[in-house]
Amino acid sequence: MARRTTYVDETLTPQIAGGRTRIQRTYWQAARRRLVRDPVSMGCISILSLMVAAAIFAPWITPHDPYVTSIVNRLKPVGTPGYLLGTDELGRDMLTRLIYGGRISLLMGLLPIAVATLFGSVLGVVAGYFGGKTNMIIMRVADVFFAFPSVLLAVGLAGALGAGVVNVLISLSLVFIPPITRVAEAATTQIRTQDFVEAARATGASAPRIIIGHVMTNVSSPILTYASSLIGLSIVLASGLSFLGLGMSPPLADWGLMLNTLRQSIYLAPVNAVLPGVMILIASVCFNLLSDGLRTAMDVKP
Amino acid sequence: MLWYVLRRLVYILPILFGVSLVCFSLLHLAPGDPMTAVMPEFGSEELIEQIKRSYGFDQPLPVQYFRWLLAVLSGDLGTSIVQDRPVWNELAPALVNTFQLAVFGVAISLVAGIGLGLLAGYTRRLVADRAITTTAIVGVSVPHYWVGLVLIAIFAVSLGWLPAMGKAPPSDAFGFDDVRYMILPAITLALIPTGIIARSVRATVIDVRKHEFVQTLHANGLPQRRIFLHVVKNASPTVLAIIGIQLGHLVGGSILVETVFAWPGTGYLLNNAIATRDLPLLQGTILVLATFFVLLNFLVDLAQPFLDPRMKRH
Repeated sequence: MARRTTYVDETLTPQIAGGRTRIQRTYWQAARRRLVRDPVSMGCISILSLMVAAAIFAPWITPHDPYVTSIVNRLKPVGTPGYLLGTDELGRDMLTRLIYGGRISLLMGLLPIAVATLFGSVLGVVAGYFGGKTNMIIMRVADVFFAFPSVLLAVGLAGALGAGVVNVLISLSLVFIPPITRVAEAATTQIRTQDFVEAARATGASAPRIIIGHVMTNVSSPILTYASSLIGLSIVLASGLSFLGLGMSPPLADWGLMLNTLRQSIYLAPVNAVLPGVMILIASVCFNLLSDGLRTAMDVKP
Repeated sequence: MLWYVLRRLVYILPILFGVSLVCFSLLHLAPGDPMTAVMPEFGSEELIEQIKRSYGFDQPLPVQYFRWLLAVLSGDLGTSIVQDRPVWNELAPALVNTFQLAVFGVAISLVAGIGLGLLAGYTRRLVADRAITTTAIVGVSVPHYWVGLVLIAIFAVSLGWLPAMGKAPPSDAFGFDDVRYMILPAITLALIPTGIIARSVRATVIDVRKHEFVQTLHANGLPQRRIFLHVVKNASPTVLAIIGIQLGHLVGGSILVETVFAWPGTGYLLNNAIATRDLPLLQGTILVLATFFVLLNFLVDLAQPFLDPRMKRH
């Protein structure tokens, strides 16, 4: 079934200049149809939607207050009546804090990717479209950032900037801009010599117009699928930075920070101590599986 | 061949220059002064000026950069502000520890990753492939520092088989005790590379097996075992490149795992540098690790044409 739709997409997009919007809708529609029919992707979407909804509506659905401590109720095991997932080292309800923690942890994973996608695709498309010196400067700077292992760069930047949510956001965005730039540049270099771009140039269209109208629309699916594949890593890294004490400060709830503060109790309550990591794992696996599904649905070669 | 080496060298020099610039600016990214952490709180203007001068922080930035670069090139990474000892003295033993762990981790991930990858590549469309692909995805997605905690909870706390943290007390010979302390952190470190290696070995094997020469070998009646050797030979350059990069990631990215296991390596050093805001120590450590990463990639690039003569052409 997928075969016919792709066939139509690939041949018609470049040729029918006037019907651009119509054909494009067909491509996105086809991609969406393929995605909806993939059970793994739909499963991931449901789980993630549940997590996001729970995080948004946390005050109304959580059984306890996330900040009220209780010395008597410290480190209750999972399954204690009234405390479904037990309590943490200060007697706060784990379930409540895990739900609240999703607010910051998910946001800290998603925001840097959004920022990096924006900057990375603009830089990459500009570099790829104009080529020459512009390309060289942008891509060589990106190469320098590539010379750092991602964890090291994130830790170095956040460590130098100092603890704080904004600093973590800045350093993670900086970590993800270069790889996205590289993908955008590669996609653009392929597109820019194609006939329909030449044709647009021949009709006298300005560079911004060609970039926005013709190049961006054609490179967006490789960029988006690639960016989506980074979300899982971003969530893991963001929580890792909080784990090192670079993100939120207590008593706020955040999965990485919870892992950090519960670490001292690992001998007393090992299950409670590793619970926040389960949330990070679920979120990260779902985003990665979803990204794989997205790539198949959008028919992008890895 | 010499030409190729020279060209790669010309390519990495500007990158190393860029890396040094980034590391230099780390010190100046921080709000306030790099010295804020150690300045006497009620020191007089004069005293503060004097301290700044003694560290050279009163000079314009470009001057500071070139002075710093010259010092670094002559092997002086600066002085740790908190410890008041040369950064290199702190860094050297930590590097040794990190390398020990990384090599152990890479060895584990090589065996596991290549094994799983070959298995998946050869049993495509079967249940095994599906299972291994899923394992690889989980391996890439999992927060490895958390796996470290889980391993501690199981093997150190519940079962009591292995030590939870730290390094074996120093002894004359490298023995069983040293290995016992390294098992859990090394497995944790190996997790992500195993996933990545398995995934790329699988993809490469599938790709190589599609080539016509494999069919020809089949048609010529070569036994499976011999064809397998051909496949391995053709897949090795890609796999080598990935392993090189992963070793770099293990050395550079071990900060979280080393923190979990209190392993006295560079990651642990970085963690302390961040906690005490010892920026020169942070800067020196990151510079050395990033340079190592660049040089490692350079070596991988150099090794590639030996394994794959087709790459010599360009």
